[in-house]
Amino acid sequence: MNALIISAVLGVVMMFSGILLKQKSAIRTVAIAGILVLLGMSILDLKGIQLFSIDTREMIVFDHFALVFNTVIFAVVLLYLLLSAPDMEKVGVNYAEYFALIFFILCGAALVTSFKSLLILFLGIEIISIPLYILTGSDKRNLKGNEAALKYFLLGSFSTGLMLMGIALLYGARASFSTVISPAIIPQNMSLLYAGMILLLFAMAFKVSAAPFHFWTPDVYDGAPTVFTSFMATIVKVVVFFGFIRLFDDMFEPQQGQWRLWVTVITAVTLFIGNITAVFQQSVKRMLAYSSIAQAGFMLFALYAMSGDGKEGLMLYTVAYSAATIGIFAVLARMSDYTFDGFNGLAKSQPMVAATLTVFLLSLAGIPLTAGFMAKFYMLKAALGTPGSLWLVIFAVIMAAVSVYYYFRVIQAMYFKEPGDTPHPAFPSFFKGMLLVLAFLVILLGVYPELLLGRLYF
Amino acid sequence: MPILNYIILSIALFSIGIVGVLTRRNAIIIFMCIELMLNAVNLLLVAFSKMHMNTAFKAGDLAGTAGTDGQIFVFFIMVVAAAEVSVGLAIIVMMYRNIHSVDVNFLNRLKQ
Repeated sequence: MNALIISAVLGVVMMFSGILLKQKSAIRTVAIAGILVLLGMSILDLKGIQLFSIDTREMIVFDHFALVFNTVIFAVVLLYLLLSAPDMEKVGVNYAEYFALIFFILCGAALVTSFKSLLILFLGIEIISIPLYILTGSDKRNLKGNEAALKYFLLGSFSTGLMLMGIALLYGARASFSTVISPAIIPQNMSLLYAGMILLLFAMAFKVSAAPFHFWTPDVYDGAPTVFTSFMATIVKVVVFFGFIRLFDDMFEPQQGQWRLWVTVITAVTLFIGNITAVFQQSVKRMLAYSSIAQAGFMLFALYAMSGDGKEGLMLYTVAYSAATIGIFAVLARMSDYTFDGFNGLAKSQPMVAATLTVFLLSLAGIPLTAGFMAKFYMLKAALGTPGSLWLVIFAVIMAAVSVYYYFRVIQAMYFKEPGDTPHPAFPSFFKGMLLVLAFLVILLGVYPELLLGRLYF
Repeated sequence: MPILNYIILSIALFSIGIVGVLTRRNAIIIFMCIELMLNAVNLLLVAFSKMHMNTAFKAGDLAGTAGTDGQIFVFFIMVVAAAEVSVGLAIIVMMYRNIHSVDVNFLNRLKQ
């Protein structure tokens, strides 16, 4: 509850800081101090210290797992801001407002990770989505950005419509918006319940960009300013995933037989389309967009398995995937050429950046000793716990092997090709240090995943 | 009136909205179709709310508070839809300033 309220307050503070502070570095300092406060508040939540006591009528319940997840998310946002905040200056003139919108999104994230009522789920998803539409279109003169914003907005509201219809049908069947299964709530009309469940499944799959509802993702990720693509593809995606799994875990467990087949198909199609299409991309940014679809396929295993292993895997995936993707996008945002050729010979001029990028790419591909490997391992282990899933797991492993091709294309370009005519940009030493921290985190969690997982239950 | 009539009406409105979103090319009209979808949901929520209230009344709950949460949800949908409209229209205006059109067929620069 602390983090939820403080994040909304911090959003307002950032809006005022845009008026009061003239220097961009001062605004940036306020934002980073804000996220540190938020992280502290979330840790206080974890320790059981409540600064606000509000009766939410069981609509919001912060359980331990949600609080740990929130803390991890805020820590990832801290790393993201330290690494990428200077690059936001290039996007437009409203520097402070971008941070304000990010804090509002974090407020929505706190709702999506802790809802026990469909009303809160709806509000949380919308509080996340509406600022994202603005961030996508924040580069006002860029036609690609405009196009991405309009596309994202129209398709996002469309999926919201589907989600609301699902919620209305569920309300008709259950006479309550609560997601808790209790003896007091008996579904009266099973066909309404199933229709609502399937609509909610489609709408949430749309929000996490799982195939066949992924078609907006490459265009939006490609058109949005790179710093915000980084935020969208990592933090927002894993938060919505968490909400997705929480919803189906709480509410639709008795109907597992009905939705598992849908989820199986969605997982297989997502893995296939994400990985195969990524192979044919020429732009690294677009390749990363498809790679985020492919990684969503792996995260869907947590939903498929619906077990403790799956949740641990999701937590590990959050850190592994976010840390690696944020690092790659931060480097990409400073490159002048977004194609694979733009990375040619980076190892010669920037050996450190190239080395950390290699760690991130290995982690995304799932090579052992990186966090990405452990995350994928936990996901597949969880999936194997459910009967009849062997073929899906084998398929996922083959698709992971395909993904090695396009990740290694970047490594190959950096190490084995001659530099082109355009010189590579210079990277400040603080930026390089942050990249090192991220790479260290990725390797540390790959060797000792218990550092994170041990904190889930105590 | 039986609840089925309301369900059919609101599913019909919702389907008109979906077909509109999928077939029309003008961004403003697509936008209006999305609003139509949201309003179909509002209608359905109010109808279900009344239905649950009647059921509770027949079961002996004379307080009349059962089912009101559905109507409260409608207010939330209205507020969120208004917030979405303000952002969405701003995005459409921003696009119109740049390309002097609101036709979504122009949205193909990212495909290259």
